[in-house]
Amino acid sequence: MAVAFDEMNIPGGDLRPAYQELARWLKETPPEALEYRRQEAELLFRRIGITFAVYGDSESTERLIPFDVIPRIMSAKEWAVLEKGLKQRVRALNMFLRDIYHGRDILRADIVPDDLIFQNPVFRPEMNGQQVPHDVYVHIAGIDIVRVDAEDFIVLEDNARTPSGVSYMLENREIMMRLFPDLFARHKVAPVERYPDELLAALRSVAPQSASSEPTVALLTPGVYNSAYYEHSFLADKLGIELVEGRDLVVKNNEVFMRTTEGLKRVDVIYRRVDDDFLDPLTFRPDSVLGVPGLMSAYAAGNITLANAVGTGIADDKAIYSYMPDIVKFYLGEEPILKNVPTWRCREPKDLAYVLDNLSELVVKEVHGSGGYGMLIGPAATKATIEAFRDKLKREPEGFIAQPTLALSTCPTCTASGLAPRHVDLRPFVLTGSKSTTIVPGGLTRVALKEGSLVVNSSQGGGTKDTWILDE
Amino acid sequence: MLSRTAENLYWLARYVERAEYLARTIDATLRVTALPAAYIGKTNEWDSALLTAGVAASFYQAYEEANEHNVVEYLSFSQNNPSSIRNCIEAARLNSRSVRTALTSEMWDTINSAWIELQAVWSKGTSTREDLAKFLRFVQETSLRFDGSAYRTMLRNDAYWFSRMGVHLERADNTARILDVKYHVLLPEEEHVGGPLDFYQWSSILRSVSALTAYHWVYRETLKPWLIADLLILNDTLPRSLASCYGNLVRNLDQIGVAYGRQGPAQRHARGIRNRLEHSNMNDIFQHGVHEFIQEFIADNSRLGEIITKQYLI
Repeated sequence: MAVAFDEMNIPGGDLRPAYQELARWLKETPPEALEYRRQEAELLFRRIGITFAVYGDSESTERLIPFDVIPRIMSAKEWAVLEKGLKQRVRALNMFLRDIYHGRDILRADIVPDDLIFQNPVFRPEMNGQQVPHDVYVHIAGIDIVRVDAEDFIVLEDNARTPSGVSYMLENREIMMRLFPDLFARHKVAPVERYPDELLAALRSVAPQSASSEPTVALLTPGVYNSAYYEHSFLADKLGIELVEGRDLVVKNNEVFMRTTEGLKRVDVIYRRVDDDFLDPLTFRPDSVLGVPGLMSAYAAGNITLANAVGTGIADDKAIYSYMPDIVKFYLGEEPILKNVPTWRCREPKDLAYVLDNLSELVVKEVHGSGGYGMLIGPAATKATIEAFRDKLKREPEGFIAQPTLALSTCPTCTASGLAPRHVDLRPFVLTGSKSTTIVPGGLTRVALKEGSLVVNSSQGGGTKDTWILDE
Repeated sequence: MLSRTAENLYWLARYVERAEYLARTIDATLRVTALPAAYIGKTNEWDSALLTAGVAASFYQAYEEANEHNVVEYLSFSQNNPSSIRNCIEAARLNSRSVRTALTSEMWDTINSAWIELQAVWSKGTSTREDLAKFLRFVQETSLRFDGSAYRTMLRNDAYWFSRMGVHLERADNTARILDVKYHVLLPEEEHVGGPLDFYQWSSILRSVSALTAYHWVYRETLKPWLIADLLILNDTLPRSLASCYGNLVRNLDQIGVAYGRQGPAQRHARGIRNRLEHSNMNDIFQHGVHEFIQEFIADNSRLGEIITKQYLI
């Protein structure tokens, strides 16, 4: 594996410009002071209740995501490139979805194979021919970005279903500003606090035609036991909208209402944080108690907007991912600004053979997996794990893709033995409304806290950092 | 507002109020039982504590004897007792999490930090009397802080009124239950057997509704059972009296009625109860039978809970 790109230090001893002020500050600040503020940050997180649940972990149902107080910094110039690339990528995702559920030009052009769409469990035939307001499918996208050198931004994953993490972006900033006012005074950091406003504007802009001029937006959560529940309540609060569960909603005459103390009240836009499968027991999983019976017929009748739309999983599927550069070119006629990680599609015999021969060097992911569950990191895995994975791969090659083990870039991070480089990624949040696509400068930086580890997922012991885009 | 949100706020307030009441009951019982036997007679005060908490039946399924250790354990820490202090705090925290958006940050912080703090108590328990006293004080302070945060920070809208209704309904129930268990020591002197022993019973009753000092201010008298009953039932200057609780319930329900532009069975039922309290005097009540009066009140009060639920919360 190549040496990881260090975002702070240039080999040879110099600092990258964005980090110079931070480095000066670190030199002036005694390690005890840093440790003290780290503990203070943890206390704040715990008191505010910024916790998440880890599934299958019986010992503690609520845990804190470790927060690293050293910010991750990018220059305005770097951000400008990234922002352009993200907008391009999300435009293509939306056009791809519109096409897949309508004309299917891309299939006729043989860019993406048919069976990858039609035999894909996340493809939703219910969406065929369904109009969605302003043709926006992915209103909120969380695009996972990694860096391996100073020039390129690489997309690791497109999250087009119900991406989470934005509350950490916002709360990390709040807590950093509270703990390190001096550090902020010495930098010009682009603010992120208008995200809730932009989200609300985007959601209201895509209200159905039958909505009143003041559309009612609600956030649909699976409930308090969901791992991202804190975020759901946080966002509902910041947006000033009701946080509803399936049982709070009822469909009558193909319109959606919430049960209130004053009777039923119509809802026009649902920012749903419930997966497709659980949205409507009459259409999808009949055993779902999280959904709303009849929601899909109200949707088909055009009386409710769901954000994100139903069926967006077909765009962020890991098998489709490898076609993204072609998808961008096909719809926009542009070269993709953001790169893809080279990907072997195990469904193709040639690729599978290569993957099986090189398992110990590759990262193998389940096509439909997420959250870092069920993946193999070849270089870090034992022989036995690799062999077990080999069997799984042979049995069901179409369920997997493989990628080279990327040397994710590193940022200075607090560790037990002082500051040390740790691998990071970045999830910016891209909002698309009827008229525009916006991104607040920054995103959620996730950091693998274990030395050498490349897994940044919070469910696997990753932490987070505040992400600073310097506004020069 | 969402019916579920209103329901959560209402129950959240009830749980906090109940936790405080249980802490007071245990506190008062510890005091009385610390007295030499000659002062309190043969009654089992721990048994009374279970009765006033309304959990005597379930207690005796799990324990043989109502002694200090068992009752404190059951009322404070037991996970099998749905209305133990521990379960009240857990339920309050869960309810708070469900309605985070309807709580002010001060209210959330009160519940959440108490919950965090008490995790240590749950795992270690209270080995000494001092620990126990500290724990009981902490629970009462949490309730005060919660109440104060609500009063000082909440918008005066339906969220506030539903939350206050939970407080007053629960409070009325608690006061009525003490009266129900202890009514026999409050009977007019010529009717009851006992004598000076009862002084400690009386002060214990007042203590459990934090009204011992108030009594003296109101009546400027030594403790008299008749007046104690008057204070707890009819005196609307005492925040825990039935009359005061119903004054507030009627007011909160009226505010909701005005805000929503219509009244319903809940408003009518509450007004009915309040009118009965307003037009009663202790003479009539004793004529009628204190016990019967209280039992009717408890039934009426819980009926109001059902009506509110039906009218607003589901």
